[in-house]
Amino acid sequence: MTGMADDRSPVPDADVCIVGAGPAGAIVAAHLSEAGHDVVVLDAGPRFDLDDRTEQLDAHLRPGVEETTRGDGEAVDGLWGMGGKRDAYTSSGSKEYPLNAARVKGVGGSTLHWQGMVMRLHERDFELQSRHGVGTDWPIDYTDLRPYYAEAEAELGVAGAADNPFAPPREDPHPLPAFPPSHSDSIFAEACESLELPMHSVPNARNSEPYDGASACVGYGTCKPVCPSGAKYTAERHVARAEAAGARVIDRAPVQRLAHDGERIEAAVYATPDGTEHRQNARAVVLACGGVENVRLLLLSASDDHPDGLANSSGAVGRYFMDHCFAGVGGRIDRPTRQNHVGFNTSECHALYDDVDPLPGVKLEFLNYAGPSPVSEALHADDWGDSLLDSLRESYGTHLAVGALVEQFPRAENRITLDHSTTDDHGNPVPDVRWSIGPETRAAIERVNEVQRAILRELDAEIDWTVGSDETGPAFHHMGTTRMGTDPDESVVDPDCQAHDCDNLWIAGSSVFPTGGGMNPTLTIAALSCRLADRLDEWM
Amino acid sequence: MDLSRRDALAALAAAGVAGVAGAMVLDDDEGRNRGDGSLPDETLAALVAVAETVYPEAADGIEPFVETYVAGRIAADPAHREGVVTAVADLDATARDWVGAPLTDLGRSARDQLLRDLSVDVADPDPDGNLAAQVRFYLVNELLYAFYASPTGGRLVGIENPAGYPGGTESYQRGRMDDGDG
Repeated sequence: MTGMADDRSPVPDADVCIVGAGPAGAIVAAHLSEAGHDVVVLDAGPRFDLDDRTEQLDAHLRPGVEETTRGDGEAVDGLWGMGGKRDAYTSSGSKEYPLNAARVKGVGGSTLHWQGMVMRLHERDFELQSRHGVGTDWPIDYTDLRPYYAEAEAELGVAGAADNPFAPPREDPHPLPAFPPSHSDSIFAEACESLELPMHSVPNARNSEPYDGASACVGYGTCKPVCPSGAKYTAERHVARAEAAGARVIDRAPVQRLAHDGERIEAAVYATPDGTEHRQNARAVVLACGGVENVRLLLLSASDDHPDGLANSSGAVGRYFMDHCFAGVGGRIDRPTRQNHVGFNTSECHALYDDVDPLPGVKLEFLNYAGPSPVSEALHADDWGDSLLDSLRESYGTHLAVGALVEQFPRAENRITLDHSTTDDHGNPVPDVRWSIGPETRAAIERVNEVQRAILRELDAEIDWTVGSDETGPAFHHMGTTRMGTDPDESVVDPDCQAHDCDNLWIAGSSVFPTGGGMNPTLTIAALSCRLADRLDEWM
Repeated sequence: MDLSRRDALAALAAAGVAGVAGAMVLDDDEGRNRGDGSLPDETLAALVAVAETVYPEAADGIEPFVETYVAGRIAADPAHREGVVTAVADLDATARDWVGAPLTDLGRSARDQLLRDLSVDVADPDPDGNLAAQVRFYLVNELLYAFYASPTGGRLVGIENPAGYPGGTESYQRGRMDDGDG
């Protein structure tokens, strides 16, 4: 007998087919199914069992426990089964891009392994061209998105406080109280006060109190890559809501291409583990599979009518790929810093974000997990007994670190294309990521490194590491590759996230961001998905 | 520094078997698991011997801690039980072969030397690896994980809520360890 989980056949008479069960797609799915539409969600990856989260924690902390094969027999890395031929990619830019560390395929998407920081973009982020003559303006502004930000905060259960003097205006408090500052935050506060860098709370998509049927945080300390308590938001919550409202979610169903008649999409053609292909017809299709796979699917759907890829008459599909660059400085001081009790941050600073020189926005983060965790260090040590304890005592307890996210401006040469020389497990060309870091971002990284060093010097810290413009890496936020705009010659989707070239195609997620600011993108992704669901509901 | 069965249960919680630990482990007055998944006495004794080697000398109460923790893990995972039993048997056979005595008859320093002579200290833990890798995985790291992911082991280092232990969201706010028991 075939169980529902094994039935991957198409849904007849679907209203909406959503490709991707991460937060962008799951929120749309929940809203539209609750509005009475027949919704089907296709995801390339599996469902991950909630009951396995503590085993995943075990695998994360203990060397040798890692899952090394997937159900299809492929060798994979990490807790979430990424890697192998299914997820093959190339990286051909001047800066290596570790794509498979930066995403998760499966129900929940990248919220399965994310940190969970959720702040609103600032007003300047929507008007970078008008204000500063760089990048491009969004076709909507903060005022347009403001009510959807409030809705998104409720959807994700954001714990926050209205204590950020740099934040854009808001009406209502966050749905949950902010997590109190850490002991190390209080140490940083001394230095930041003298440097005129006001600290404030971090909005977290993590329950400071029980919320939405999930536990409050219990302090496992392993938020990234796995939260065993369920206190950290994952898009599985919205998938569950969508299914409760009648949506059908089909896992392990990678969409191969979008079949279309030149003007409208007729079906999403997807494969299933038994080797067959199916066609999911729907009145509307929502692409929500991330800033890389959204692009690949449009390019794989090229036709005589759309020789450069579906919805790509502008040539912008895949271009303007942006991430946020990490910058950081760490060291040790001569007093306890109490790190690694929790895996999230409680304080940050947006003082280096608006109207600064260099221009790219910078968000300072005061880490609560600087230095080694004794558990992990013990399990990797070449020693045991009293000498191990001595070395753990020596290495733990006095580390501090200040991190930062640094904005990248959109650059056409940073792009996602197809690498026709390499194919995935279905014979499709894999994505090629071309990523580089521009001079303005490098300058901003160097500037924030100076600030970070100044903070640690105020504390008489011995600085022992710096991540600067040469060492920087991505924060795993894939933005800009199907940009939003009013001009079909310059952009891929309109301000409602509906494709210019294809009437029944909508795109959700950070690939529609014209610029990326310096804030973690998921709250904006969620706000846009709430807005998209409203617009699509009206369109239906 | 006295290890307790509470520490063992905390370690079990960290290892993902909290829900069954209380019911399946503490089923007699001594806290020993006498269910179907229990370990042979000689295996438990060998595990305690390894724990006495890899734990700091200040650790007391090792035997009930190990019996509770390992029994809990075994009860939750039969494949893990087989790995532990096999690793102990192979290590014990090596002790008899190399130094002419069972593992449990060796003193602390002799056990330490045996493990180092086997290169367990520098072995990458691997449940499917050679003897050193399996001993590191099933015995040494199992025991170190239980210890340093517990509040008592963490406190020796200076952290009462170590990674993997669900110790709440109060301790990160404090400037020093509280005086509680974890």
